[in-house]
Amino acid sequence: MPILTVNKLTKSFGGLMAVSNVSMELKKGELVGLIGPNGAGKTTVFNLLTGIYQPTSGTVTLHRDKKEEQLQGLKPYTICKKGIARTFQNIRLFKDLTVLDNVRIAMNKNVKYGLFSTFFHTRSYSDEEKEMLDKCMQLLKILKLDHKKDELAKNLPYGEQRHLEILRALATNPCILLLDEPAAGMNPAETAQLTEMIGWIRENFDLTILLIEHDMSLVMKICERIYVLDYGMVIAEGTPSEIKSNKRVIEAYLGEEMGNA
Amino acid sequence: MEQFLQQVINGISLGSIYALIALGYTMVYGIIKLINFAHGDVYMIGAYVGYFCMTSFKLGFFPSLLISMLVCAILGVTIEKIAYKPLRNATRIAVLITAIGVSLFIEYGTMFFVKPDPRSYPPLTGLMTRSFRIGNIVFSAQQILIISITVVLMVLLQFIVKKTRIGKAMRAVSLDRDAAQLMGISVDKTISFTFLIGSALAGAAGILVGIYYNSINPLMGMMPGLKAFVAAVFGGIGIIPGAMIGGYFIGLVEVMVAGYGNSMFRDAVVFAILIIILIVKPSGLLGKETREKV
Amino acid sequence: MDKLIKNTGINKLIALIVTFVIVQVLISTNIINDYIFSTLVTICINIILAASLNLITGFTGQFSLGHAGFMSIGAYTCAIITLRYSTVWGFVGGLVAGAVFAAMVGFLVGLPTLRLKGDYLAIATLGMAEIIKILFRNVLDDLTNGAAGLRGIPQFINWAWLFLFTAGSVLLISNFINSSHGRACISIREDEIASEAMGVNSTKYKVTAFVTGAFFAGIAGAIYASYFYYLKPDYFAFKKSIDILVIVVLGGMGSISGSVIAAILLALISTYLQAFPELNMVINGALFVIIMIFRPQGIMGSKELSLSLIKKWTGQFGRKNGGAA
Ligand SMILES: Nc1ncnc2c1ncn2[C@@H]1O[C@H](COP(=O)(O)OP(=O)(O)OP(=O)(O)O)[C@@H](O)[C@H]1O
Ligand SMILES: [Mg+2]
Repeated sequence: MPILTVNKLTKSFGGLMAVSNVSMELKKGELVGLIGPNGAGKTTVFNLLTGIYQPTSGTVTLHRDKKEEQLQGLKPYTICKKGIARTFQNIRLFKDLTVLDNVRIAMNKNVKYGLFSTFFHTRSYSDEEKEMLDKCMQLLKILKLDHKKDELAKNLPYGEQRHLEILRALATNPCILLLDEPAAGMNPAETAQLTEMIGWIRENFDLTILLIEHDMSLVMKICERIYVLDYGMVIAEGTPSEIKSNKRVIEAYLGEEMGNA
Repeated sequence: MEQFLQQVINGISLGSIYALIALGYTMVYGIIKLINFAHGDVYMIGAYVGYFCMTSFKLGFFPSLLISMLVCAILGVTIEKIAYKPLRNATRIAVLITAIGVSLFIEYGTMFFVKPDPRSYPPLTGLMTRSFRIGNIVFSAQQILIISITVVLMVLLQFIVKKTRIGKAMRAVSLDRDAAQLMGISVDKTISFTFLIGSALAGAAGILVGIYYNSINPLMGMMPGLKAFVAAVFGGIGIIPGAMIGGYFIGLVEVMVAGYGNSMFRDAVVFAILIIILIVKPSGLLGKETREKV
Repeated sequence: MDKLIKNTGINKLIALIVTFVIVQVLISTNIINDYIFSTLVTICINIILAASLNLITGFTGQFSLGHAGFMSIGAYTCAIITLRYSTVWGFVGGLVAGAVFAAMVGFLVGLPTLRLKGDYLAIATLGMAEIIKILFRNVLDDLTNGAAGLRGIPQFINWAWLFLFTAGSVLLISNFINSSHGRACISIREDEIASEAMGVNSTKYKVTAFVTGAFFAGIAGAIYASYFYYLKPDYFAFKKSIDILVIVVLGGMGSISGSVIAAILLALISTYLQAFPELNMVINGALFVIIMIFRPQGIMGSKELSLSLIKKWTGQFGRKNGGAA
């Protein structure tokens, strides 16, 4: 059963086709990889799915609660409310806020108390705030960040910043999670830990995950299916073993290495 | 029709002054992305330097013009060195606040020394008091002087920016500061030079506005400064021809509103134009939209 | 934890009542004479103005240079109403109307302009305030008596009203900031793109902060009108907006207690330099530059004075009260 259908998604910046005619499908509960050489358009796909960029053409459809909803043209916060959360390639935490606040802000969309309660701190304010705090602490405990709840996000070590960003995305209570290079800059031990964590949250949060990653061993190990982008186009799709032996994929990556050399 | 043409001439002479000031705003914005709030005050200083040259030192118009451009150029560079340079890597808001601080400092510092009362500008003499008629349209020598000085300065500026080494450096730094640095361009020197040119133009504008309005005061930089800024935004801030077009446009609008509508509303109209432009096309007439890369 | 929150509430209340009573006694015994009281009024007005601008600029990160415009709307509305209905109810009604009216204008202006960022927003709000000033001076002059200004506005402000509105405004603004909605505003300042991606409707919150700020600026304006009984449009020029910004920047963007401290500090400096108004402005200007170069975060940064202090207090009180309960 599909949960997200992407149909002929296209984005051009001036003359540059960053994403062209990309069609994808995510099934509920899947963990799908999105790979491709540098500049292939992977992050742009995420930006299109989350409404940060508007597509030049094409559609994105979310299937949830037996309904179909078109997502293209919606604002990022609306898309988030519909259940798609993400992390950023170049960590975008609220650096000068505490760990706790980073997570709490992601829960703002569920807050029900209104302006009056806000100004006068009524009963419903304190009840909801307390509930929110409890939920945050539960989440923080999972990633063992609870004892650091009052530290500023910018003071966390790099690996924990990446974790916190995932946690912040989880706090929006998504059904689909988009991870943009979560292992970038991590050492093998940290990467292994992260791999385990991604699997764990998928099970426990009932998530569908789309993962951009350059670390091939990670991708091949945990993804069930993989899409390969090159020059904005999907050049291959299949299981890790299919992708490994796909000629076009090998060419695309070899091309990159030759280019770099 | 004749009245209209007459207004156009008036508008162009006022617009020349706005354009000269707007150039300074736009050049500085182009190179360090700062709305230099103190720029209007540099031009006020220019007016006062001219005033004292012509009254206390009994100098002629042209020597006074040159001296006031020189003094303003030095002032502009000094401001940059003292107030803005230490903040090269600070947030934009921090630099903007600094600029406002410098502006207050100059305005009220000047007021402290020359007293707040307006002074009437020394009248021009000889040939320059004449006026000419073409049909029923009157050109005063004063207007011709304002317009021609502006045109000469603009041509000079275009030459510097397009043809000289330092002009090329200016363009390079405003395109991409880091790349320019890597290419061996001295970014600091280039920025100083930009302030120097922009402030010299403001100095010239200061004298011209003294002649145009016949009266100067320490807070005179604020309103024309803001309007010149509107002109820069209108044309597309950071773009030199944009500032010229914007300057003439705002000058014309102001004169037309005063001539055909109510002179009380000319400031309101200028600010309304600003807000409309910002909402409809924030990058201005000649500007291109840019988008943050995520 | 619950107890701690309640206790800070009670402590705040006690501190407020004590402040109120002490000043009231000083006024009754004429130790605070009319002259000192007028300084006190200025301080309180500036506190409200700075706290409300801080909400917009310091907390939500939307750079506004037009706060005096909102203040003028509150001032003129309250003045015009109290001139007609010269009773306490007329004053209170005028104050509320002024605040609401300022908020409405804030909404109308904010909706289109808050799409702009940084410098552009600053300039747009500056233009807006100039337009409001010109409206009061040249368009609505039947009501406002144009450039000559309104005179003889009935004076209703006494220490009780002043205290109620100042403490009330500061309290409500801090309550807003210490809520999920306030945190959403702060997240916009930190990173608007990330905050939208986490489900924060940035337009809604920017407008909310702007409208709330305008509302309280309107209250400050009404107090001004009702105490100084003379209003003219030029008072609310660009320079006034800058004065408010000085307080916010000096106190620390994102610190309400910083705004309070800075408002008091600057009022003391300008009382001291009253004979030399130019010098006062020169010092303000120099302060801007010096603060930005050497301490861009201002006196308090984004910290609140109360936090650590109150924790200490509640620690002591909590132990004593704990025994009794
Ligand atoms: N806002 C933008 N404006 C102009 N061009 C853009 C913008 N965003 C992305 N691009 C261009 O689109 C192309 C795809 O970029 P994208 O960031 O999606 O690549 P990527 O696959 O994520 O690469 P990487 O592995 O390096 O992260 C690049 O050529 C990039 O320069
Ligand atoms: Mg990328």
